[in-house]
Amino acid sequence: MSVADRKVVRGIGFGLLSPEKILRQSVVEINSPETYDQDGLPVPGGLMDRRLGTVEPSQRCETCGARAGKCPGHFGHIKLERPVVHPGLAKKVYETLSSVCKECGRIKLPEQEIEEYTRQMRELEGRNPNLAKALSKAIVKKASQVTKCPHCGTINNPIEFERPTTYFESSGGKGEGSALLRIPPTEIRIRLEKIKDEEARLLGWDPETARPEWAILTYLPVPPISMRPAITLETGLRSEDDLTHKLVDILRANEKLHEHISSGAPQSVIDDVWELLQYHVTTYFDNETQGAPSSRHRSGRPLRTLAQRLKGKEGRFRGNLLGKRVDFSARSVISPDPWIGINEVGVPQEIAKVLTVPEPVTNLNLQEMKELVRRGPKNYPGANYIVRPNGMMVDLRYAKDTNEIAEEIGVGFVVERHLRDGDVVLFNRQPSLHRPSIMGHVVRVLPYRTFRLNPAVCPPYNADFDGDEMNLHVPQGKEAEAEAKEMLLVQNHLLSPRFGGPVMGALQDFISGGFMLTRKSVLLEREEAMDLLYAGGYTGPLPPPAITSPKELWTGKQLISLFIPGGINFQGRANSCTGCGGCTLDECPSDGFVVVKDGELLMGVLDKKTIGASVPNSLLHFIIKEAGADAGRDFMDKAFKVMLRFSEENGFTVGLRDLEIPPSVREEIKKRIGSALAEIDQAIAAYKRGEIMAEPGKTPEEEIEDTIMSKLTKLRDDVGELAAENMDHESHSYVMALTGARGSVLNLTQISAIVGQQSSRGGRIVRGYSDRTLPVFDHGDISAKGRGFVESSFYEGLDPIEFFFHAVTGREGLVDTAVRTSQSGYMQRRLIHALEDLHVEYDGSVRGANGELIELRYGEDGVDPAKSNHGVALDIDRIIDMVMKEEDRDAITCFKRTRCSDRWAGKRGVVSDQA
Amino acid sequence: MTRLDVSKHVLVSTHVLLQKEEAERVLKELGVTLDDLPKISARDPMAKYVKAKKGDVIKLIRKSPTAGQSLAYRVVV
Repeated sequence: MSVADRKVVRGIGFGLLSPEKILRQSVVEINSPETYDQDGLPVPGGLMDRRLGTVEPSQRCETCGARAGKCPGHFGHIKLERPVVHPGLAKKVYETLSSVCKECGRIKLPEQEIEEYTRQMRELEGRNPNLAKALSKAIVKKASQVTKCPHCGTINNPIEFERPTTYFESSGGKGEGSALLRIPPTEIRIRLEKIKDEEARLLGWDPETARPEWAILTYLPVPPISMRPAITLETGLRSEDDLTHKLVDILRANEKLHEHISSGAPQSVIDDVWELLQYHVTTYFDNETQGAPSSRHRSGRPLRTLAQRLKGKEGRFRGNLLGKRVDFSARSVISPDPWIGINEVGVPQEIAKVLTVPEPVTNLNLQEMKELVRRGPKNYPGANYIVRPNGMMVDLRYAKDTNEIAEEIGVGFVVERHLRDGDVVLFNRQPSLHRPSIMGHVVRVLPYRTFRLNPAVCPPYNADFDGDEMNLHVPQGKEAEAEAKEMLLVQNHLLSPRFGGPVMGALQDFISGGFMLTRKSVLLEREEAMDLLYAGGYTGPLPPPAITSPKELWTGKQLISLFIPGGINFQGRANSCTGCGGCTLDECPSDGFVVVKDGELLMGVLDKKTIGASVPNSLLHFIIKEAGADAGRDFMDKAFKVMLRFSEENGFTVGLRDLEIPPSVREEIKKRIGSALAEIDQAIAAYKRGEIMAEPGKTPEEEIEDTIMSKLTKLRDDVGELAAENMDHESHSYVMALTGARGSVLNLTQISAIVGQQSSRGGRIVRGYSDRTLPVFDHGDISAKGRGFVESSFYEGLDPIEFFFHAVTGREGLVDTAVRTSQSGYMQRRLIHALEDLHVEYDGSVRGANGELIELRYGEDGVDPAKSNHGVALDIDRIIDMVMKEEDRDAITCFKRTRCSDRWAGKRGVVSDQA
Repeated sequence: MTRLDVSKHVLVSTHVLLQKEEAERVLKELGVTLDDLPKISARDPMAKYVKAKKGDVIKLIRKSPTAGQSLAYRVVV
C-alpha cells in the first residue's frame, strides 16, 4: 500500500449497496455457471475468473497485478434477470409497503401529521437512535391501518407477508370477491422507488446509505475468490467453498430464467424459475432463514453461507475477532508442588523446548547464544530460530549444521531460544474474572508433563488439582517481560483489594504443620533443627538453643522466628484459642495467644488466624504490608516449607479411630437424643390436642414447627459439644478442625455423634408424598424422624430413611450451587461491563469514560482497600504500637491480654487442653 | 392530614440548593459541565423541598461510616 492510500478511520457505518455501487466496484460480470473448462482453466466470466484476484502463489492477479497475499481480491457482479427481495430486509420492506400508497408513494397519513413526525424525527435523529426507532415503528403502525390514501385518494388494500420473501395484496371487496394477489418484486421496486427521501427517513430508512428500493436486488455482488477459496484434498480433488456452490446455483437459475424469458415461455414457467432464483439468493445470504428449507451439500450437510460465517459462537465475531488464538502459549494439566516458590511455575521440558524467547545478541551474550544455537532445537537448552539483522528467519530444525549457523551470528541477530529457568511468563486460569486470574510466574523447567503450581496460589486462580488445566504465555520482548516482572508477579497480588488482607497464604497441610511445629511441646535436637532449616533454604547460623542441658534443644517457635522479618510485631489470638478464659499474664493453657516481637515468635501457635489465606489483620498480612511483597514472598516460600517438612517428618495421618468416643459418653448421647425426641413427641401430641399456645403473629402450625426445630438444633449443639469434649484432642482430625486447616468441629460431631436435621428449601423436609415425606410414615406425621431428622452418626451409619433425607439435602446443595454460580456469574459480568471505564482522576474523584462525575472521592473516603486493614484506613493501635518504646509495648501487650481474658472470664468453665 | 416531612427521614441526607455563583464555582473547581454531574429529577421530593428548578445544582451532605461526612452534587433535570 502506498502512503497516498492511507486514511484515518473516523467511524464506520452500515448501509445497502446500490446497484450503481455494485457495478462501480465490480471488475467483471459473472454470467457463466461453469467454473473451469476441460483443461482445468478458469472460465472467463465464471466464478473463478482470474480477474477476481488470485489465491495461487504462482499467478499474478489479472486486475491489480499483485501476487497472492498482496492482492486483496476484487468483486464481480451478477446481473439478475429479474429482481429479487433481499431476505434480510424482507420484513422491513413489508412494513414500508404497508405504510405507503401504491400510487403516489406517500406515507398514508395526513400532511400535518407527516410534518409533525418529521419534526420529531429530526429532534431524535443522531441523539437517541432507540427512540427514533420506536417513533418509526409507531408511524408504520399508524400508517399501515389506513386504506384510502389521504394524498391521492387511492384505495390501498392490506398487504400480507409470507415468510421468507413473498408479498400478497388482497384484490379488494369482501368475502367471495376478495382474492390474494402476489406482488412481484418488480412491482415492489417500482413502489419503493416512489418514496421520497424525507418520508423514507420516517419509516426507518437512511436514504443516503440505504434507499428502500435497494432492498430489491437487481445486481448481486460476487465476492472475490480469496473470500471463498477452494481446498484441494489429498486425493487431488478440488472441493469448492460453500459460497461458490451457492453462487453456481444462483447463476444456473439466472441462466434458465434468461432462456425462458427470451424464448417467450409462459408466465407461470417464468414465475417458477424466478421463485427458484429468489430461493437461492435467500439461502446465499442466510441458510437458516425462517420459512425457507436449508440448502444442503450433496452429503446432506447444510451449506455455510454468509450469515452462518458471522453468527454464533464459532462465527467471525465470537470465534475469530473476540477469540483470537495466539502463538507462544501452552496449556496443560496442573498439579501441586509445595516445594517450588509461590512466584514459580513448573514447566515441562517438552513445553520449554517449543516456547521461545527472542533474545537479541549482544557482545555480552554472544558466546552463550552461539552455544544455544549450536545445541539446536532438539537439545534442551537450545534455540529454535535465529533472525538475521535483515529480518530473515532461519529455522534451526532444518539446518544441516548448526555449528555453521552458530558461527554466523553476531551482534544484531536475534536468537529465539528455549524457555529456561528464570524467564517470566504469564499464567492464567479461566474463567478470567479478576486481575489475579492472570499473574506472572518465574519459570522452573521440570520433568514430566504437567504445569506445577505452589498450592498456596490456588485461591486467586480458584484452581484445584482434580484435572484443571491452565494456560501459559511467554512475553515476547523486553518491555512485556519487564511488565510481567515488575507488575504481574504473584508476590504483587498477595493482598486482595476486595477485603484488605492476603488472598494467598497457608492452606491445609501448611496450617496443620505450622501448628504442630510451633506447639510448646516441640523440642528439636540439633539434627532435626538443621534438617528443617535446610528445607526452608536457611543458610545462616543456628540460633542459640532454648534448652542447653542435659541436651541442646531448640523449639519450633525459634526456627519459625528465623523467617519472620525483623521489626514485625504482632499480637492476636490463634484459631485454636478455645476462649477458655484460663489466660494469665504469661500463660495461656492452649497457647492460643500469639505474640511476635521484633520478628520473634514469643508465644502462641501459628495456624489459620495468623498465617492462613484470606484472613485480614493476621501475622502474614502485617509481614506483607509492613516488610513488603518480597518479604511476604520470602516468608511464604521458606517458612511454609519448614512447616511442611515438619509435618512430613512426623507423619500426619487421619483415621476413624481419631473420632471414637468412649462408650460411656456414647450412652449419654443416646440418652439425650432419646429424651429430646420424647419431648418433641409430647409437644406434637399437645399440638394435636389443640393445646398449643402460639406466639402472637404465628399460627399453631408455625409454632409447633419452630418449637421442634429449636429443640432439635439445641439437641445437636448439646450432643456435639459433649462429643467434641470427649474426642481425642491430639488426634490429627481434631487438630485440623481446631487449627482451621480443614473441616470443622461440626463435621467431626456429625461423624462421631449425630448428623442432625436435614433441610430442604430452608426448612425441615416436607416434600414427597401428600402430607408425608415417604410412604413408611403416616399421613400428617410431623415427628422429627418423619421430617428428615437423622439421629445416627456417620460412624454408626444411617438407616435407609435417614440416608434418603441426607441425599435430598446433598442434591439440593448441588443444584443450588449450579444455579447460583451461573446467575451470579452473569450478574457480575454485566456489572463489570457497566463499571469497566470508571477511574480515579488525579483530583481523587471517580470519573466515567467521558469525564462525568461519579463520586467526589472513591468510596467516600478515598481509601484503597488493598492498602487498608480490612477496609480500615488507619489502625491507630498498631501505629501507636509501632512508635512506642519496647517497655511500654510490653505493658500494652499485658493490658490487651488481660482484656482478652476478662472477656471470656466466667463464660465457660476452664477446659484443660493439650500440655 | 399531616404531610410527611421527607427531609426528616433518617435515610435522607441534607440537601442544599446552591446559589448560581456557588454552583458555577463548584463546577469550575471540579472541571465539569452540568451534563457531567449526576442527576436528580425536578419531581424528586427533596428537589421540591429545596425548591430547585431545572438546571440548579443541589449539594448533598451525607453521613458516612468511613469518611465521617461526604459531599455529592446533583444537577436538577
